[in-house]
Amino acid sequence: MKSTWMILWKDLRLEWRTKEALSAMMVFGFLVIVLFNFSFNPGAEEIRSSGAGLLWIAFTFAGTLGMNRSFAAERENGCLQSLLMAPIDRSSLFLGKWAANFLFMTAAECFVLPAFLFMFNVPIRDQLGTLIGVSLLGTLGFTCLGTLLAGVSMNTRMREVLLPVLLFPISIPLLLWAVETTSAAIQNAYLDPLMMHGQAADVARATDGGALKFLVAFDMIFGAVCTIVFPFVVED
Amino acid sequence: MSDVPLSEPAPGAAALAIAVSGVRRYFGAYEVLAGIDLEVRNGEFVTLLGRNGAGKTTLLNIIGGLLKPNEGEVFVAGLDAKSQGAKIRPRLGWLSHQPGFYGDLTAHENLAFFARLYDLKDWRAAVERGLEQVGLADRRSDRVRTFSRGMLQRLAIARILVHEPSILLLDEPHTGLDLPAIELLNTLLEQFRGDRTILMTTHDLGLGSSLADRVIVLAEGRIVQELDGGQELSALREQYLAILSQEVAR
Repeated sequence: MKSTWMILWKDLRLEWRTKEALSAMMVFGFLVIVLFNFSFNPGAEEIRSSGAGLLWIAFTFAGTLGMNRSFAAERENGCLQSLLMAPIDRSSLFLGKWAANFLFMTAAECFVLPAFLFMFNVPIRDQLGTLIGVSLLGTLGFTCLGTLLAGVSMNTRMREVLLPVLLFPISIPLLLWAVETTSAAIQNAYLDPLMMHGQAADVARATDGGALKFLVAFDMIFGAVCTIVFPFVVED
Repeated sequence: MSDVPLSEPAPGAAALAIAVSGVRRYFGAYEVLAGIDLEVRNGEFVTLLGRNGAGKTTLLNIIGGLLKPNEGEVFVAGLDAKSQGAKIRPRLGWLSHQPGFYGDLTAHENLAFFARLYDLKDWRAAVERGLEQVGLADRRSDRVRTFSRGMLQRLAIARILVHEPSILLLDEPHTGLDLPAIELLNTLLEQFRGDRTILMTTHDLGLGSSLADRVIVLAEGRIVQELDGGQELSALREQYLAILSQEVAR
């Protein structure tokens, strides 16, 4: 556990010094939102139907950009070799990296989510808690897979391309549940104003928690599997 | 953290610090190590000499637990490298031509990071001592990115000093160093001699033989000759060139 904290501390300090990954993630996520806004100029109806997908595209593209960088510092000057020679459990290396990637992606989302709500004028009201909860659960699972696959792709020549090519297909169930729950939250946010216009019946969706449970299960299962598998990825 | 002091061999360890038996390693279909048998006694300084691609680094990586052999057994400090890697690693010091430091952390932060990974109780004192010993105490707060190649290698030596391992694995440690840095490295290796077991790879006989008790020549993944390290350099060079010419003829 101590070595996990040490890895996390080291990654946070390096990022604080360089600000390379976080600034790129924030700018990229923001640009995705801006481009969609300018390209489609969506109204309330379009945002209700496809806003959640757009938000998760911005989240995951920004996250992938950051995770591609997560093993770059280890590759430079043979740092990974020095880490592997230290008497630490290889799983703690994964957990430290996962925690760092989760914090970086969450920080980027703290910038992208308000931009999305503001630019598309989403009346989020009391759905903000749900939206944040879904974002955290989705991000936890996405960074778990991303950290493992960044480790897999780290020693390949096409690592920048390989990570998204591997990550997005495997993340499809996670992203579907995350989008579904986010979509329900956004639709519920529009519920009250629409009811006033008598259009509520066909759009009201309750967040019954089904997808949310799947997200929690995904995070737990893949968190355990990736922690067990990662040592084999870096060892030989 | 093990209860056994790091400078001591593991309980039950014989006089052998490293015992390699029948080790083969393939990369795809290519056989890099073709059945290596090697024994290094406690406190001995052994140099592995060979051309590029002879299998020196692969052998060192296997002994260090970074690679697994396809066949054969490796024991380090009396412990099986396959199953007891976590117990072996605190006893190992690793120095290669790649320093393995984070450029945007300071020298002190880098050493402190690794010292804490080794779970040293008094890591602060150990880090300060290490920086003093390699003459980098006045650069402790500078980012490693600003260091020269020689300074990086000195810092890597300080990392070894911090956790005081009983076995040193040195993978071409002189590569890229200028003359003063080579002198400093050799002085430190001279200090380590006898107290610690040292296994060093090199392709430069001049750098590899002066301190070694034995010089083992590797060619095409096999040990082809064992030379006495105490000989004159010119005599060693003659023998080594004869081995190389035989290899080329094959």
